[in-house]
Amino acid sequence: MSVIQIDKVSRWYGNVVAVNDVTMTIGPGVTGLLGPNGAGKSTLITMMAGFLPPSVGAVTLDGVPVWRNEQAYSQIGLVPETEAVYDTLTGGDFVRANAELHGLSQPGDAASAAIATVAMEDAAGRRIATYSKGMKQRIKMAAALVHEPAVLLLDEPFNGMDPRQRLHLMELLRKMGSDGRTVLFSSHILEEVQQVATHIEVVVSGRHAASGDYRAIRTLMTDRPMLYRLRSSDNRRLAAALIGDPSTTGADLDAAALQVRVVDFERFSRLVPTLARDLGIRLLEVSPTDESLESVFSYLVGRR
Amino acid sequence: MVPRTIARLTLATLFGHRRGLLLYVLPGVFVALSVLLALTVDDKTGLQPALLQQLGLAVILPLVALVAGTGAIASEIDDGSIVYLLSKPIKRSTIVLTKAFVAIGVVLLLGALPILLAGVVLDSGDVRTAVAFGIGSLVAGIAYVAIFTALSVFSGNAVTVGLIYSLLWESVMGQYVDGAKVLSVQQWSLALISKLTDAPQVESAVKLPIATILLVVVTVGGLTLAVAKLRSLVLSTAE
Repeated sequence: MSVIQIDKVSRWYGNVVAVNDVTMTIGPGVTGLLGPNGAGKSTLITMMAGFLPPSVGAVTLDGVPVWRNEQAYSQIGLVPETEAVYDTLTGGDFVRANAELHGLSQPGDAASAAIATVAMEDAAGRRIATYSKGMKQRIKMAAALVHEPAVLLLDEPFNGMDPRQRLHLMELLRKMGSDGRTVLFSSHILEEVQQVATHIEVVVSGRHAASGDYRAIRTLMTDRPMLYRLRSSDNRRLAAALIGDPSTTGADLDAAALQVRVVDFERFSRLVPTLARDLGIRLLEVSPTDESLESVFSYLVGRR
Repeated sequence: MVPRTIARLTLATLFGHRRGLLLYVLPGVFVALSVLLALTVDDKTGLQPALLQQLGLAVILPLVALVAGTGAIASEIDDGSIVYLLSKPIKRSTIVLTKAFVAIGVVLLLGALPILLAGVVLDSGDVRTAVAFGIGSLVAGIAYVAIFTALSVFSGNAVTVGLIYSLLWESVMGQYVDGAKVLSVQQWSLALISKLTDAPQVESAVKLPIATILLVVVTVGGLTLAVAKLRSLVLSTAE
């Protein structure tokens, strides 16, 4: 059972702040590090992997700092985002080399087991240069697993994977988590994270925006005021009816469409069709205007 | 076991890519040229030491050491694959020294030995001078590898900086500019070579004791700096 502790950590490059006063504890199970691109996820993972010192604060594994501590790597398995591997080697040789570098007593057996775990037995004899992106990702995964680490860190592991490979990796991560390992992966896709992670940490613009299980995060994300754009056969009457309901806090009418500010999405989603039917109004369009992940995230940051 | 694996990975990187071809081309051209000159030049007085020094020791050797030294470590740092070595419970000194050792082996086989061979081809009557240049080249090669290893860990442009250093400092300044000669690896190794041979054309701007001290300082210093820097190497992230 291993715990990564990030304690009041900030990291800046020149005068650009990549990570801003983040404190979080990553324990056994699968944790998803969620945030838009450029939020500081890679910087955080790189610090947890000991390849970047925090500008202030401390990153520790079971109480011991990971920066400049090569012994930590006997417990850490790292799947970096970088695609470069020793691609003149075969997949099997590459995984075996990783086992040897860990000083394992039976590197060949350990490599075979890790390759079987990621279901790459058939391609293990081929040079990595001939692999697809998804296969490369899996052989990197095997290399990270070869010493059965207590902690597994994965930077955007689902990038470039096809749906089948994605499902397979998700299943693998779930299994590693239920085995009691501390698994942390980063992603900018909420659906990916909520399917595997038992715990989610959200970072936005370098700051820790939210923390909890996926239900808590999902609720945070849907229970926020959202702008909806509606077009109908009678925008004015629809506006009057909607504003009378507590699920909305405002409506804006212009020549083309009606903008409604919604605070209770569940209620609003049931209300609109019922109202339209009762009033005999034809709905032409109902769409959220700021559904992008960035706007969800910036809402979360604004809350804190 | 661990150093052997590091050495295997290093060799795979060195010779697995197209840049590795240079390691064969440079000494190949040099030996071929020597054969050609040996067959065509009538008056060969002074030809052997002149060619070994001005082309072999001053140009071919630093270039071979540059390709070997940076290829052994800089290319892995550049593309990020060094992460697979660094994310292991291995002493950083083991990584640096193993890689330097591999590069020195390459310099021996593809730098010092071809220079010795060319020396024999150019003047089969003076094997002693050829051997002296072979040994001197190996010693210079060790110092070059230490310099290029340190450069690889410290600079993102190790190959460019190393190329400027080899061609400008070692090949030109180290041969023709008096003040610069004192700080040239080539002159230090010439001090050793002139001790090992009695060929009158071979002379160094530096005395052997000083040359020996400087060679040791540069070699130990370069490798020590590389280990220290690798211990706190920051890997760039995607952001």
